[in-house]
Amino acid sequence: MADYTPPTQSKFGQIIDVIVLLVLAIGALYLPLWLNLAGSSQTSNVSENPTWESLGQNATMIEKWNQLGYAEAADAAELITARFDYSFSILSLLVMIVVVVGYYALILRFSEKEYGDVIAEKFGKK
Amino acid sequence: MSDTDITSKDMDGMGPGGTKVGLARVLGPAHIWGLGVGIVLVGEYMGWNFAVGKGGAYAALLACWFAGILYSCVAMIDSEVTSTVAAAGGQYTQAKHIVGPLMAFNVGLYLVFAYTMLEAANAITFGFLIDTVAGMTGHEGLDQRPFIVLAIMFLAWLNYRGVLATLTFSLIITAVAFSAIIILFLSTAVFMGDSPLRHAQLMTDLPYGWLGILAAMHFGLWYYLGIEGTCQAAEEVRSPARSLPFGTLAGIMTLLIAATLTWYVCVGLMPWEYLGQAGVPLFDAARLSGSMTLMILLGIGTMFATLASANGCINDASRAWFAMGRDHYLPEWFGAVHPKFRTPYRSIIFLIPIALIFALGAPLDQVITFSILSGLLGYTFMPLNVILFRRKWPLDTIKRGYEHPFHPIPAILLLCLCGVTFFAVFLGYGSQLVAMISFYIIVSLWFHFWRYRFVRRAAQFTMPWPRPRGY
Repeated sequence: MADYTPPTQSKFGQIIDVIVLLVLAIGALYLPLWLNLAGSSQTSNVSENPTWESLGQNATMIEKWNQLGYAEAADAAELITARFDYSFSILSLLVMIVVVVGYYALILRFSEKEYGDVIAEKFGKK
Repeated sequence: MSDTDITSKDMDGMGPGGTKVGLARVLGPAHIWGLGVGIVLVGEYMGWNFAVGKGGAYAALLACWFAGILYSCVAMIDSEVTSTVAAAGGQYTQAKHIVGPLMAFNVGLYLVFAYTMLEAANAITFGFLIDTVAGMTGHEGLDQRPFIVLAIMFLAWLNYRGVLATLTFSLIITAVAFSAIIILFLSTAVFMGDSPLRHAQLMTDLPYGWLGILAAMHFGLWYYLGIEGTCQAAEEVRSPARSLPFGTLAGIMTLLIAATLTWYVCVGLMPWEYLGQAGVPLFDAARLSGSMTLMILLGIGTMFATLASANGCINDASRAWFAMGRDHYLPEWFGAVHPKFRTPYRSIIFLIPIALIFALGAPLDQVITFSILSGLLGYTFMPLNVILFRRKWPLDTIKRGYEHPFHPIPAILLLCLCGVTFFAVFLGYGSQLVAMISFYIIVSLWFHFWRYRFVRRAAQFTMPWPRPRGY
């Protein structure tokens, strides 16, 4: 079997390939931000006129908040009450598992085919 | 035993007779330690504390230790494979020889994006620190952007000029930043007569229960993310078979100590609700210690840690991009070495605007998550890689510079911990996870069906290894 000879890519073609890769990368990373899908579902539940006691803070904690520049309970209330929402549906979990496993299965399968060609050309057919 | 001796001083990663490309072989084990720890140490200065926000203080400690186990597996596996694959590109080059071209292309992109996002996160923190210090000295509302741009441009210039100066610079400022953590710990926990640490009063129960511990694994990775970058310098190390395992394993031990000390000091000085959202937690801890000297020291430490990390990231991302260009996985234009400075200068310059786009336009926790996700995808590849490596080239066929013990237990453990971390990321950041993997699926199809036609087949296999078993 003759060795594979790749075509020569023009300068223009090389530039197009880099642009495609960049658009895909920046698009994929920024898309969740643009669609407001990014980040945690962290929410604060601040009551009216919060006090250090109602926020569950003891004397040492209050002292530390004050040192950090939060003089009043109301200033720190949003930080103290912020919580993540870890509720999720089984369906979304299954989708994630399928996406992750499917991704690795895809690249391992394609890689194996490409690798076989590399070894055959490097060491010769058995 | 095969006569293929990868540890030979006369034979390097590109084959008998030396490399064709000519990156300068000037680095020693200390530089490798400095590169690995330098990239990662910033994780103790910022970012790890988001694990406290996701699960509480105790959850962050458990995440720190579980992530430590994960990275110990990474370091062991990586050390064995790297001690035989001494070429620029690190895990990318490993994947190319062991798994296949498409996997290698993906691994190369994981490396580039993990390091470029980490570089962006460092620049954001650098700007935030400058802003914080300006605010404390009465200069409110400072524009952080010029400082972010300046930091990235300066470090890129340093990288452009030569690897020895770059990594010596990293080594020195990393040593200062690491010493600052040790001094903070000793001062607050040992030497201060009336210790400011208040663990008994500040520690609370797990706010999210056991689920919070799983969730905290997401940012637990940040304590160590990037240590695997040591093998990017494989082609520039004088003795890769000795220096790479030594530098990497010494680095992970350094980081385990620094991470535990950092957690101990920070949770004893501030409420977990604040710590979980703080931008520069160690600097805040120094402020709360009441010592102006410590505050200045940790301010300098934070600045040095961010610069050392960004510096190492530029080094590593550019090597991975360069290696892919050299193999024509990317346009070959990127595979050039500077004739005078012997650095992959085109790759260094090309990645600057990408880092700037994210440093100037995305929130810190998002940028960190992007970096963690790319790193996590890379760690999931590693157990597959080492299992295939041992199967295709058993121990009696290739002489390793280092053989990791208890195979395949570290690989299986690493795979399980990666699974847990995927679930942790899914809790709260699932949309990014799906978006990023969708990106990798699309570019994989693009590579397999389009780009790969420009790649020579046999030329990709550059190691002086025998034929793999089973082929």
